[in-house]
Amino acid sequence: MYLYDSYDQAMVDARVEEFRDQAQRRLEGRITEEQFRPLRLMNGLYLQLHAYMLRVAIPYGTLNSTQMHMLADIADKYDRGYGHFTTRQNIQYNWIKLEETADLLADLASVEMHAIQTSGNCIRNISSDHFAGAAADELVDPRPYAELLRQWSSFHPEFSYLPRKFKIAVIAAETDRAAMKLHDIGIQIIKNDAGELGAAFYVGGGMGRTPMIAPMIREFVPLDQLITYAEACLRVYNRYGRRDNKYKARIKILVHELGKEEYTAQVEEEFKHMLEQGVEPPFAELERLRTFFEDPAFADGAKTVDRSDPDFALWVDRNTHRHKRDNYVSAVISLKPVGGIPGDASAEQMHLMADLAKEFSFDELRVMHTQNIVLPHVRIADLHALWTRLEAAGLGAPNLDTIEDIIACPGLDYCSLANARSIPLAQRISERFAENGRTEELGELKLKISGCINACGHHHAGHIGILGVDKKGTENYQLLLGGSEAQDTSLGKITGRGFDENGVIDAIETVTDIYLEKREDGERFLDTYRRIGMDPFKEALYD
Amino acid sequence: MKILTGNDLKTGEVIWWDGESWSRHVDDAVDVGDAADAILAREDAARRVNSGYAIEASQEGDRVRPAHIKDRVRALGPTVRPDLTLKPDDPDAIREVV
Repeated sequence: MYLYDSYDQAMVDARVEEFRDQAQRRLEGRITEEQFRPLRLMNGLYLQLHAYMLRVAIPYGTLNSTQMHMLADIADKYDRGYGHFTTRQNIQYNWIKLEETADLLADLASVEMHAIQTSGNCIRNISSDHFAGAAADELVDPRPYAELLRQWSSFHPEFSYLPRKFKIAVIAAETDRAAMKLHDIGIQIIKNDAGELGAAFYVGGGMGRTPMIAPMIREFVPLDQLITYAEACLRVYNRYGRRDNKYKARIKILVHELGKEEYTAQVEEEFKHMLEQGVEPPFAELERLRTFFEDPAFADGAKTVDRSDPDFALWVDRNTHRHKRDNYVSAVISLKPVGGIPGDASAEQMHLMADLAKEFSFDELRVMHTQNIVLPHVRIADLHALWTRLEAAGLGAPNLDTIEDIIACPGLDYCSLANARSIPLAQRISERFAENGRTEELGELKLKISGCINACGHHHAGHIGILGVDKKGTENYQLLLGGSEAQDTSLGKITGRGFDENGVIDAIETVTDIYLEKREDGERFLDTYRRIGMDPFKEALYD
Repeated sequence: MKILTGNDLKTGEVIWWDGESWSRHVDDAVDVGDAADAILAREDAARRVNSGYAIEASQEGDRVRPAHIKDRVRALGPTVRPDLTLKPDDPDAIREVV
């Protein structure tokens, strides 16, 4: 993985001291909250429902065991013994004190981490495929490109005050595991007919109150023009994106209002101009970055497991992903125990995951946008030993991509923007399906819950989505069906009038009953929905 | 009744105006009537509160109940972590919030 050079470290250390001074001036009353707010947000520090919340960047979700140990130590030292892994492959702490934040940031900097650009109207943490560098189906490892984009976008002076926040995802496989088309810019590394590597650009996707799937605006950008093209996309947005209305300020609105053709034409014109300016970093820099992501020293070993223990066999079937080496897999540690809080991990669990990464996965971990943790390179021969340790720690839930593997935003339990609670729904739904024993029978079923229209819980992209709304001061939940954030990206449609908390949990069960009744061989929930449409579900829910 | 809430500047903790200073407990909150803006301006200037605001609430015996669920969650703590609320030993606390 990428390691800081002296420039990276100096920049991050300098930012810590700058923030220390800013926080001190705020505490002493030399600046007002109005003046301080944008400064703390630039460093990932929000004021949330119960306290300050700090969002820490985990670049494209990749971290090593030293960093995970530090995240655990921070949970113990500065928070209340836990952290929350987010749908942007980051981690958030919910109980941070302003007077301690600079010390916390200094601790983070000591392991090459920071919270810069995790908030504000700038380019946020670059996200990517959580199986990058390991997946059997990837063309190349997308992380060098993500790292190049990270370095380009960090402290970029032209893009520090965009009309609105800006999110970029990079993948390099046909299977989209990063919700690429639901980002402001989605980049897919591809090969053209001549066998050359390049990038397809999708621009103007997003969730939130106006969900949109990004259209492809360019089929192939040569790799030695990648940054120039990204910069052209941003420059057109920065110039014409709306600043008069925050709800219309995202690039998806600009692309929609201008039309894909006009936006693309303007980007191409800017791109042509910028090529003459020579803003692209030397190609050698990309080659240098690639050296940080070379394969670890894989060893030979068994290619199959002993399946005599059915619990272990189920976990292997559910929670491992095919690796490019046939005697390795990527193993997913579920942070979704039945009745648990999706994405939460205690300091003790973080320490354990770090230790397991060191022992079993070449010191690497990944954070999934689905709020689980990946050990990317695990020998099949070591799987039973790994599973045994996870089981003992309550981290062995075999539920990846099932109805128990629910994405849920923090919701009204933590978030000042939320209208309704998300987490209790996730807890009760996982309990309901664990109790009725249907989880396995239902197969792949992605359920995503947001506590407000901002859609941090990706409800638009759930096979089943739930959106919490405020109905005259009480929590109410809208149900959506048919969304997908994979390569077959689609946006869910609302079934009809909303439900109260008990009602929406019953409604989920009703919807799954219809699926089981109507499905044909091999169909996932999403396939059946797409074949039969909304009507049978609506009839069951409302008639 | 109208009560005042905000966050402690240093710690971020949720606090409530009790008539003389700021309390962690919503039941200590007092009706400020028309004085909300004046109190908030004074307390903000003295950095005794951060991002303060006024909300509607009702007095129910010794208890003060904010009108909106968001402020009731703020007053107690996360309903999904009873151990981290201000009333970890009260089995009814979360039900009363919702």
